[in-house]
Amino acid sequence: MNAVRFDHVSKTFGTQTILDDLSFEVPAGSAFCLLGRSGTGKSVALRHIVGLVHPDSGHVFVEDRDVTALAGRDLAAARRHMGFLFQNAALFDSMSVGDNVAFPMRRHTDWSDADIRDRAMRKLADVGLEREFDKMPADLSGGMKKRAGLARALALDPSILLVDEPSAGLDPITAGEIDALLVKTKQAGTTLVVVTHNIPSARVIGDTFGVLHGGRLLAAGPIETLDASEEPMVQAFMRSHGGG
Amino acid sequence: MTPQSSMVDRAGAGLLGAFEFVGSVSAFGARAVVEAARPPYEPREIIRHVYQFGYRSTPLIVAAGFAVGVVLSMHTRASLERFGAEAMIPAGLAIALIRETGPLIAALLVAGRVGAGIGAEIGAMKVTEQIDALEAGAVDAFKYLAVTRVIALMIAMPLLTIMMDFAGILGGYVAEAAVSGMSWQQYFERSFTYITYADIFPATLKTVVFGFLIAAVSSYLGFTTTRGTEGVGEASTRSVVVSSMLIILSDVVLVKLIFFFYPQVA
Repeated sequence: MNAVRFDHVSKTFGTQTILDDLSFEVPAGSAFCLLGRSGTGKSVALRHIVGLVHPDSGHVFVEDRDVTALAGRDLAAARRHMGFLFQNAALFDSMSVGDNVAFPMRRHTDWSDADIRDRAMRKLADVGLEREFDKMPADLSGGMKKRAGLARALALDPSILLVDEPSAGLDPITAGEIDALLVKTKQAGTTLVVVTHNIPSARVIGDTFGVLHGGRLLAAGPIETLDASEEPMVQAFMRSHGGG
Repeated sequence: MTPQSSMVDRAGAGLLGAFEFVGSVSAFGARAVVEAARPPYEPREIIRHVYQFGYRSTPLIVAAGFAVGVVLSMHTRASLERFGAEAMIPAGLAIALIRETGPLIAALLVAGRVGAGIGAEIGAMKVTEQIDALEAGAVDAFKYLAVTRVIALMIAMPLLTIMMDFAGILGGYVAEAAVSGMSWQQYFERSFTYITYADIFPATLKTVVFGFLIAAVSSYLGFTTTRGTEGVGEASTRSVVVSSMLIILSDVVLVKLIFFFYPQVA
């Protein structure tokens, strides 16, 4: 079964075409890395999956449900199966780190306060932040914010985790730690859709890949397919070692 | 294009922009009213905001009310002394405070303190993707952020107005006692000699509308923030300016309505 499927999705902002007839599939339990230069529409594609952006045409299916046709409670129900790690973590800065992680549990479960606190602590421990439970997001480093954001995204054990630029702005060691956490999450059975322009990071996390350019997929498939691609942009991208 | 036609074009565009803004804010406010009636009701958030907006505004409201009472008392004395009507000072001051000065000044102060805060907080959440994070987490951000603030400020505003009125009367008493040595009991009795429920209730309850306007406008400006931190600052400033203007304009209409429904206070 496919966890996510894009079916001829197009999106335009003003006169600028961001996604142009984009189609791809992400099998359940695998990690799909959407690669591309900055500003090519990778994040917009990711936002389509969770219904934050609606396509001008085409459909996005999540676990066989067309999220482009959902609204209100139905969309909220679909979103409960997904976690989203934003590029800058997007932690709620009026809440402590622990409350950030506990927030989805408070909203969507009837667990007791003690149970929620215990589970939030365990989620933070999974990302090595149990000692920062009572700290405010402003007191954390960039890497710690990202890990806290990951703990919040995984708070309800979603079946699909969407990740926007996991290593952006991080030093290579911290980026490697985040990559390792994402691989661990995948091994636990969660489907990953990761948007990144960091090729070394993508090689660690991904099972299948797509290179987005000008709103279209230039190449898609396992890493061998992309490495063997004769498309100049794909070649240039796959040979790059930078990122972050 | 002549300079005159360019000016007309600009004025026209400005007018259209103003209409568009009013339309958008009205639609936003109307949606807040509709959503307020639908579950979930978010009581925790509403109580938290009532505390933030109401309880934490109390020192400002009480201090301002006291000062306004002192100043009004001095002006009232200067005017009534000419007619030998010093005994009317407490009643005159109380009527002025309860009917108009208290509600209006309380609303303008809250627009400055709370309106700016709502605009900045929601604006900052918008530009740092926190609103998207709420939505992605299956939380209705409009309801969670805007509706709860609108309801909370509609609850807090009349309470703050009552505090403002009493602080003003107390300030008036202090000023009067310093000049004439009038006792508190006598001052209090004279203050409420001519005050009826028709003076107190409509004037205090109209601040529910002020609370709605402040929260709806500020939330709207927060939700529509763009351009990073500069946009956040602009949302905060515009929240105060637009809320204050709407409070004063709506007050004209509300006073007219009060006079219509309570002709005895006209």
